[in-house]
Amino acid sequence: MIEIPTKIANLRLKNPTILASGIMDEDAGSMIRIFKSGAGAIVTKSIGLKPREGYPNPSVIELECGLLNAMGLPNPGIEEFKSEVIKLKKSKVTVIGSIFGSNSKEFTVLGTKMQDAGVNALELNMSCPHAKGYGLEIGSDQKIVEKITTNVKSSVSIPVFVKISPNLTDIPKIAQSAEKGGADAIVAINTVKAMKIDIETQRPILSNKIGGYSGKAIKPIGIRCVYEIYKKVNIPIIGVGGINTGEDAIEYMMAGASAVQIGSAIYSRDIYVFEKICKEIKNWMKTNNYKKIDELIGVANL
Amino acid sequence: MNYPLVTKIIETKNENNRIKTIKFENNKKITPGQFYMIWIPGVDEIPMSVSYIDKNIIGITFKKIGEATNALFNLKKGDKIGARGPYGTGFKLNGKKILFVGGGTGVAMLAPVIEEAIKKKLNLKVIIGAKTKNELFFEKRIKETGAELFISTDDGTYGTKGFTTDIAEDIIKKNHFDLILTCGPELMMKKLMDISKDIDFQASLERFMKCGFGICGQCCIGDGIRVCTEGPIFNEKTLKKIQDFGIFKRDASGKKIKF
Ligand SMILES: Cc1cc2nc3c(=O)[nH]c(=O)nc-3n(C[C@H](O)[C@H](O)[C@H](O)COP(=O)(O)OP(=O)(O)OC[C@H]3O[C@@H](n4cnc5c(N)ncnc54)[C@H](O)[C@@H]3O)c2cc1C
Ligand SMILES: Cc1cc2nc3c(=O)[nH]c(=O)nc-3n(C[C@H](O)[C@H](O)[C@H](O)COP(=O)(O)O)c2cc1C
Ligand code: FES
Repeated sequence: MIEIPTKIANLRLKNPTILASGIMDEDAGSMIRIFKSGAGAIVTKSIGLKPREGYPNPSVIELECGLLNAMGLPNPGIEEFKSEVIKLKKSKVTVIGSIFGSNSKEFTVLGTKMQDAGVNALELNMSCPHAKGYGLEIGSDQKIVEKITTNVKSSVSIPVFVKISPNLTDIPKIAQSAEKGGADAIVAINTVKAMKIDIETQRPILSNKIGGYSGKAIKPIGIRCVYEIYKKVNIPIIGVGGINTGEDAIEYMMAGASAVQIGSAIYSRDIYVFEKICKEIKNWMKTNNYKKIDELIGVANL
Repeated sequence: MNYPLVTKIIETKNENNRIKTIKFENNKKITPGQFYMIWIPGVDEIPMSVSYIDKNIIGITFKKIGEATNALFNLKKGDKIGARGPYGTGFKLNGKKILFVGGGTGVAMLAPVIEEAIKKKLNLKVIIGAKTKNELFFEKRIKETGAELFISTDDGTYGTKGFTTDIAEDIIKKNHFDLILTCGPELMMKKLMDISKDIDFQASLERFMKCGFGICGQCCIGDGIRVCTEGPIFNEKTLKKIQDFGIFKRDASGKKIKF
């Protein structure tokens, strides 16, 4: 039998499929449910210092080949969220705490609090494409990315992942800055900046006007980013963007990803998507005579 | 696709001075209990249960309580709204003797399932309640179906003084029911579930919604159950396992708010 356990830094996963941040991960109940239904780990919703309601609706809609969202980083704030993490730990869920801040001090405070609550690793969201003063606005500056990563790393002992954006001209450079700051892995990609105008009402449909595109349509963008990053950094990459099937996950691995995250596919294949994708990965490996996932990672980098 | 279909309002009706019905075209099959995400361009997009189901026309009936519902209240025939759906599960009329209990705006979504039950020649009794007389609506509509109707107001300005659950307790003692269907304030529904003991029970829950199609996690309750897709109608088996039922809901940020 083919087994697919995975290791990222010192984080051991039962399989390489991880729930992406922002999808069914606001409360412990949902995250436990998704972990039990087959995910190797869970990334929490991105959490900030204070409660945020996010943008008014419409905040997420479906387009031809994916989803468009501008949630606006809604979250109950770290103090309230801690109790959800504690519940997760009681249920033995492998959990990666996603955090966002506007400067390195905020990230450090959040990182320490997440660690104290019990998360197994941190994901620094430096890539949300539509939140003023957060996300991409800091994640596009190499110096800031390096500084935040360095400061968070020096104040926690758990692995730190940096999630980066496809909305950059030089993606590998930002990944390198994270690596220099001591990041244990790169997560790529967040959503792609996008917009939909409703022609009947002659206005952008999202209340925030601009949002981020996810799902099937962005897979080629994610693959290209992971491929480019793989050539330039020596730390593991977690691939995310448009993964719906085991074959999609394998494509990301061939580009250079050691594990994958899945978000929008929860809509197309429901929460059992993790189990389904793992089965498809194993089937593909069996057919093609692979025994270990490691044998696939980065093979397409010719 | 989960994208609002922009449509013109073809009819509006004031049910009382704070409750209004808006009707628009629809060609999708709907089970009573399902809801739509209604887009009021430039304002908000909010969940609204279907309150009228005709051949190609459906209606929503709502109370003005905030920005979005006020904006919706001010719209007129010919104005454009967006509608995506239908979402969620509907009521299941499995039983012959059914008790319907609606409180406040919850009465709106019960009306079409009452009409369907009448069409199926089921034996039904209906209790509706409001805080006070001039907040009641759909009395005439429900009476016209021929269903036996009981009314309560909290302040006694119409019908029996007290709560719908007081009437329900009394009726349940004196009659046999196969099923109870309810929509209204959560504490009312919780009380009703306790009263209903081992009678089958289905309640429609409300939680803050953003996507409506099971991805954002905003509406999750209990062990990760999505009210938008796995609900909003839940039976007593599920409700008994949901620790939040009648205890708390979450606001738009995900913060818990006690009932
Ligand atoms: C499945 C479902 C069906 C509903 N059906 C009806 C109906 O048939 N008739 C009716 O009058 N009301 C219905 N509601 C409630 C209705 O959606 C809210 O009253 C409305 O969203 C209030 O918006 P507002 O801007 O006017 O008020 P606000 O002042 O913004 O909010 C008032 C309250 O409404 C709730 N609310 C606001 N936005 C949302 C949202 N996106 N999702 C859920 N709740 C929200 C909040 O909990 C808040 O406490 C339903 C809700 C759900 C979840
Ligand atoms: C509704 C929604 C909310 C999201 N929220 C967050 C978030 O809070 N933090 C974050 O880092 N990414 C967030 N994302 C981005 C996803 O984690 C992921 O990077 C992106 O959706 C691409 O993966 P997918 O195609 O599998 O969905 C969100 C995506 C969606 C669709
Ligand atoms: S409203 Fe988004 S999951 Fe239910």
